[in-house]
Amino acid sequence: MHGLVSRALQSFLPDTYGPDVWTEIMERADLGYTSFESMLIYEEEDTLAVLDLATTRLGKTRDDLLEDLGTFLVSHPNTQALRRLLRFGGVDFLEFLHSLDDLPGRARLAVPDLVLQTLELREVDEATFMLICGNDIPGFGHVMMGILRAMADDYGALAFLELEENEESHETLRVILLDEAFAEGRSFELSRKAS
Amino acid sequence: MLDSMAVVSPLDVLCPMHIEISGDGIISHMGPTIEKLVTGTGRRFNEVFDIVRPASVSSVEDIRGRVGAPLHLRLRDEHGTGMKAVAVLHGGGAILNLSFGISIVDAVGDYSLTGRDFAPTDPTIEMLYLVEAASAAMQESRDLNRRLQGAKIAAEEQAFTDTLTGLKNRRAMDHIMGRYIAVRESFACMHLDLDYFKSINDTLGHAAGDHVLQVVARILVDETRAQDTVARVGGDEFVLLIHEIEEPLTLAKIATRIIARLEEPIPFNGEVCRISGSAGTARSSQYETPTIEEMLHHADVALYASKRGGRAQHTHFEESLLDLDITKPTGERGAAHPDA
Repeated sequence: MHGLVSRALQSFLPDTYGPDVWTEIMERADLGYTSFESMLIYEEEDTLAVLDLATTRLGKTRDDLLEDLGTFLVSHPNTQALRRLLRFGGVDFLEFLHSLDDLPGRARLAVPDLVLQTLELREVDEATFMLICGNDIPGFGHVMMGILRAMADDYGALAFLELEENEESHETLRVILLDEAFAEGRSFELSRKAS
Repeated sequence: MLDSMAVVSPLDVLCPMHIEISGDGIISHMGPTIEKLVTGTGRRFNEVFDIVRPASVSSVEDIRGRVGAPLHLRLRDEHGTGMKAVAVLHGGGAILNLSFGISIVDAVGDYSLTGRDFAPTDPTIEMLYLVEAASAAMQESRDLNRRLQGAKIAAEEQAFTDTLTGLKNRRAMDHIMGRYIAVRESFACMHLDLDYFKSINDTLGHAAGDHVLQVVARILVDETRAQDTVARVGGDEFVLLIHEIEEPLTLAKIATRIIARLEEPIPFNGEVCRISGSAGTARSSQYETPTIEEMLHHADVALYASKRGGRAQHTHFEESLLDLDITKPTGERGAAHPDA
């Protein structure tokens, strides 16, 4: 599993629950190392073991924790780089939704060995969409749910999201776009210097 | 922008950075994005843009003669943004389509451009994404390298340290001496051997011996300055590299002071350990070109003279001492001392 995925947990858990909790989880995981490096590759079971220990330690369900992780990745000041990269997907939330099919391709453009889950957006009607998330990384759909909620806020759109299906092979999210220009949203300049 | 215009011209959608120039060199129309950069409609093209390359192109006629070929322009504003252009004939004038080329990263900031300022088919946004993604990835790699560098320094630090006493080890001493010699620093090399240490190990055990070595290390550090080097190079042997002091009297004083402090009783678990020290010093100024081996050997010879003279004393190396030398050459330094 790509270190960026493992590293996401390593940003989220200590920032949200404190460095002591993170240290404790990593000690209990007993992986032979105490931190993940984003540009290295790790065994998938290592990252999943850390995730399991975190749910036990924090008394949260895995689904909730992954959704919180998704929200964190977009909204936390420490992860602004990712939020900006996602905002390049479109000038408004609708365009952003339509760019999600390309997200794994975009990710690979930036980091050639980063393999993300397949994403497929199906348009039900003008304002209703189904996002089908492949499930090679278990629970990825929940991370996407958190990301989409945060991105809707970021664009100032009012959207309703729910998990439609939770299958072995994939998860389906239903996105209902209620008001594309509900709030001001956060500003986004193409130039990193300006923002 | 696009939707503010009553009738949207096809070219404004397809090429939002195009410029129409009439036959007399006046800008008659500009696409919505270029319009955002500069107010140019109705002005002379040459007032708004400087044609940088090819140098031979300046008039509308010149431009009309370069259809399809790349032109390099510079916007005459405070940013002086460089742009690429290509011309086609249009009536008696020309249409130029512009692009930022490599100026794009600065231009989006300078002119507060957004995704809507580029045609949806224009890969500029993807390029900006890639530039930013690459620099984020680069930053991650740089962070990783910095952490690895930190770990490497820590590992080297450890390998240069004698773990029992926290002093430098022989490797570190060789390294520092080598550097001093390479840059012709002046220094003295003092070889110190503890007296009566072996009997402490034998009678009171290794724990007592270790404790004594730690006390000795503290004394040696106390009695030298930060720029000096104290290394433990063997069981009870130490080398002091005293930086920029070659005055024999000063060096003798340092040695005498150290020996006096070594002779202070060291309590350990209700027992009292008593040791002393013998020392010998070679000075870098005694050599045309000093070498590590020779200086250590000569300091060793001087140390041996101290031992022979009754221990608990210090001797400066002199050529005449070599006649008395019965120790083995450098390889087995210290092994042949009468009292180890």
